[in-house]
Amino acid sequence: MNWLLIALLAVPGLGTLALLAGRPSTQTPAPATAASQIEQPPSPALAEPPAPGTEPTPSPALAESPAPVTEPTPSPSLVAAPASGIEPTPSSARASDRSRAATRIGLVTSGLTLVLSIVLAAVFDYGSAGRMQLETNLAWIPGLDLRFHLGVDGISLPLVVLTALLTFLCFGYLAGQTTPRPRALAFALLVLEIGMIGTFLALDLLLFFVFFEVVLIPMYFVIAIWGGHDRRAAAIKFILYTLLGSAVLLLGLLVIYAQTGTLDMVQLAARHGAGIARTPQILAFLAIGLGLAVKTPMWPLHTWLPDAHTEAPTVGSVLLAGVLLKMGTYGFARIAIPVLPEGAAALAPWLGAFAVIGIIYGSLACLAQRDLKRMIAYSSVGHMGFVLLGFATLTPVGINAALFANIAHGLITGLLFFLAGAIKERYGTADMTALGGGMLARLPHLGSLLTFACIASLGLPGLAGFWGEMLALLGAYQPGAGQSRPLFLVFMVCGGIGTVLTAAYFLVMLSRVTHGRPDETLAVGVDVRPFELAAWVPLVALTLVFGLWPKGLLSLTAPAVHLILGVGP
Amino acid sequence: MGGGPMIQSIDYWAIAGPLVLALAAGLVLLLDAFVPSRWVSGAVTLAAIVAAGVVIAVQAAQGTTRGTFCIPGSAAGSESCSFVLDRFTLIFAGLTLAAGAVIVLLSMGELASGRIPAGEWYFLLLSTLTGAVLLPASRDLIMLVVSLELVSLPVFALTALRRFDGRASEAALKLFLVSVVSTAIMLFGVSLLYGLTGSVHLDLLAAHLRDGVSQPALMGGDGAGVLAVGVVLVLAGFTFKVAAVPFHFWVGDVYQGAPIPVAALLSVISKAAGFAGVILILTQALPNQSWLWTPIVAIVAALTMTVGNVLALRQRDAVRMLAWSSVAQSGYILAPLAIGSGAAASVTYLVFYAAMNLGAFAVVTRFPGLIESHRGLVWRSPVAALALAFFLICLAGLPPGLAGLFAKVVVFRELVDGGLGWLAVVMAINTVIGLYYYLAWTVRLFAGRPEGAPSVGSRAVVTAIGLTAAVAVAFSLAPQLVLSAVG
Repeated sequence: MNWLLIALLAVPGLGTLALLAGRPSTQTPAPATAASQIEQPPSPALAEPPAPGTEPTPSPALAESPAPVTEPTPSPSLVAAPASGIEPTPSSARASDRSRAATRIGLVTSGLTLVLSIVLAAVFDYGSAGRMQLETNLAWIPGLDLRFHLGVDGISLPLVVLTALLTFLCFGYLAGQTTPRPRALAFALLVLEIGMIGTFLALDLLLFFVFFEVVLIPMYFVIAIWGGHDRRAAAIKFILYTLLGSAVLLLGLLVIYAQTGTLDMVQLAARHGAGIARTPQILAFLAIGLGLAVKTPMWPLHTWLPDAHTEAPTVGSVLLAGVLLKMGTYGFARIAIPVLPEGAAALAPWLGAFAVIGIIYGSLACLAQRDLKRMIAYSSVGHMGFVLLGFATLTPVGINAALFANIAHGLITGLLFFLAGAIKERYGTADMTALGGGMLARLPHLGSLLTFACIASLGLPGLAGFWGEMLALLGAYQPGAGQSRPLFLVFMVCGGIGTVLTAAYFLVMLSRVTHGRPDETLAVGVDVRPFELAAWVPLVALTLVFGLWPKGLLSLTAPAVHLILGVGP
Repeated sequence: MGGGPMIQSIDYWAIAGPLVLALAAGLVLLLDAFVPSRWVSGAVTLAAIVAAGVVIAVQAAQGTTRGTFCIPGSAAGSESCSFVLDRFTLIFAGLTLAAGAVIVLLSMGELASGRIPAGEWYFLLLSTLTGAVLLPASRDLIMLVVSLELVSLPVFALTALRRFDGRASEAALKLFLVSVVSTAIMLFGVSLLYGLTGSVHLDLLAAHLRDGVSQPALMGGDGAGVLAVGVVLVLAGFTFKVAAVPFHFWVGDVYQGAPIPVAALLSVISKAAGFAGVILILTQALPNQSWLWTPIVAIVAALTMTVGNVLALRQRDAVRMLAWSSVAQSGYILAPLAIGSGAAASVTYLVFYAAMNLGAFAVVTRFPGLIESHRGLVWRSPVAALALAFFLICLAGLPPGLAGLFAKVVVFRELVDGGLGWLAVVMAINTVIGLYYYLAWTVRLFAGRPEGAPSVGSRAVVTAIGLTAAVAVAFSLAPQLVLSAVG
């Protein structure tokens, strides 16, 4: 029994309890104002400048903005509404007090979790990163053979730290803003954190599934309540898709259980598929793979993703892209490939094919996007294609590449969504034509950060985005035993074309948004604020660190990857 | 049956549970004539249920299997009993009594309007409970039918007790007709089974049908056909009771027309009794004919969950939505039976379902009407809204509603283990459809716009909400409670 891992889950849990306990005694105007936000798209009248002192964002009124009326309503009006000058000061002051208190609880809790995760990284024995460490194994439901079995190894450790970091940064970002229903938002984010960290720590198939599902409802509410114009439809689409995926995933997990009689992931991985015949392996891999592919997402199961990302509030998009997608790819590394090697070998060509279609499709779709958030969302489809291609090679190089690209994507796309949210807040739209151009002139710091994030995302050598994609293509050059080499060479070429297209759409976007002559009629407000910088600098720094020193991450995952593939180092 | 002595000794301790309920039913009716107070009747009813619960608990603690009303069995020295007290009986009795207590609490809210005669109400309720406790103990066909009728008949009257309400009368008439027809069908099937084997005791039936393989008169010629018809008719009779497709159409109108506590009773107690009967007949009397009934059950289960969910999708009334969703849930309960040996999984699901569904009904008793009227409930009544959200998420089967999730896992595991992959896939798709409407309802609770219909009901209803919520949370944290009880 190890307290550290339990504490990682318990601290956000205690945070949610603290939020519940801190229920305000009076029913402050939040319900009424929130009501109008939930039910109707906020009218331009709501988008008045906020009360002085609460928030320095001058939000552009809809009428002034050149955006067509059908464009999603700018979120600043949503954000600013409760504190805006509709109601005179006392109630709005109280609302913002409550907002601060709730966000502070979230900030402290997620900060503590981050500290715990750093402690975890410190006590982790890097000499044997392939071994499960700090295991906790308690009986929970003997009737289902379900054990509360947690542990970390080189694959899960970076993901746990990434999760804790991104959640903390999200709270840091929220701390500088006024949000409607802050307590509920903080609650949802902390529950999300429990689910995400739990997924990466779980070593029991059913426990993994439980944590995998924990994230659905809070993320649904994050999109459905704090989202953009079409949030309802996007949230419903998100949850129905992912739930269908998880139902299929559960069936696959139960096939494994029916064949082997155990749910212990460590034991199952050590057996390398012994005890499961070929056909059930293929069936189980198909079911589990489909379930995870919805989450990842893999083309053609990705259609929920652009809507969800576009409509989600900034913190929702960051966590969705930064962590939730990783839960799908993590499942491949932790369950599908080690437990079902024959199934993986049989279906790897298909996985690879869908992966490269995703890469090409994602980049082509990006070229056609006009909305910044939507473009970043589609770029995730492409990046996740590289991750899946890495897995499909079934070689140590490829899987290491996939795990590296996973983390890199979490950092870079997290940053991109933060920036897109900030741009949308300032300009009142994320439509690229409406943004005009010349951001580097108008908002030099924001423009430079955007340039940095885009260049990192398109895979410039020296930044984190490069290594994952390069190594994935390298893995495809020499696929695992039993795989058709010509096929994977084709995949490699397609992937290579994909990197070119990725560079193309990011550069096109930059040329349209950051360069050119600024549109002076547009009120855009202030440049990067301190709390935003605080939230973004860690991501920039880590992108640089892992870009210049990829071994830091690769040496962590490599022993574990050798173990799951059952090959010597 | 030989010429042995037919004088039976009665083991009164074994039948103490139903006996307490039956005596209390008489007492309540008598008391109502002298002390016409709905609080006294309610208190006596609740006391009787608690007393019966204590009896059941003590019997469970003793852990012995007892039988009474026995005749000599097929093998020398063995006995075939009409009333058997074993783990199966105790679980169903415990479930019934717990649900009964909640329904009494809900009734107190319903009766507070004073337009429904309390004495009769509680008398009928106790009669139904007596039947529902007797039924899982019944081990012969006649007693099964009689106790099933004892469950059903009082419910017509309960439904119709709101005499001033046209909808209630219509619901009662519908329920009456459906129930009478189903009983007739079942009796026809029962008579065929009796005619084939010459016995009504389930274990003797099973023995006859097993030995009957060698008897050409039974299995050759028309025997097999008669057996098949008998089995199908008995199954059809029960599918009416548990509201499975194709005999499900009465559910919407009846649930909506009946007082909400009665709808809750129909959806939990009457349904549990129906399932107890199905499980007993299929696994005790016809275990060797599983080749005949497993495909039927599988198809009925698949259709039931799909039809129930699809019909629930478009409902706007809270009770009506719960009605159709409980049809879908019946499908999940039926599914493991299609394995032949999956009765334990069915019972497990039923126990989880009872807690979640009763909880949802409890909150709806307090806030009846359209689902739309629950909009923003969390601002008016945060605890009730959170409880309802929890029950709905449980029914949908997602964390934090772990009770529902684990219940579904139990069923899925049984199906995957038993090789019924297609049914598991159908159920997986249905889970997603179900999520849609449960979630749409849950979201309304959290939407803003605080004005809405006022709440009805009393402290008793709030107590019921609290009790069911506590049970659902306990089941979520420690599902092992149920799993080890069902075994």
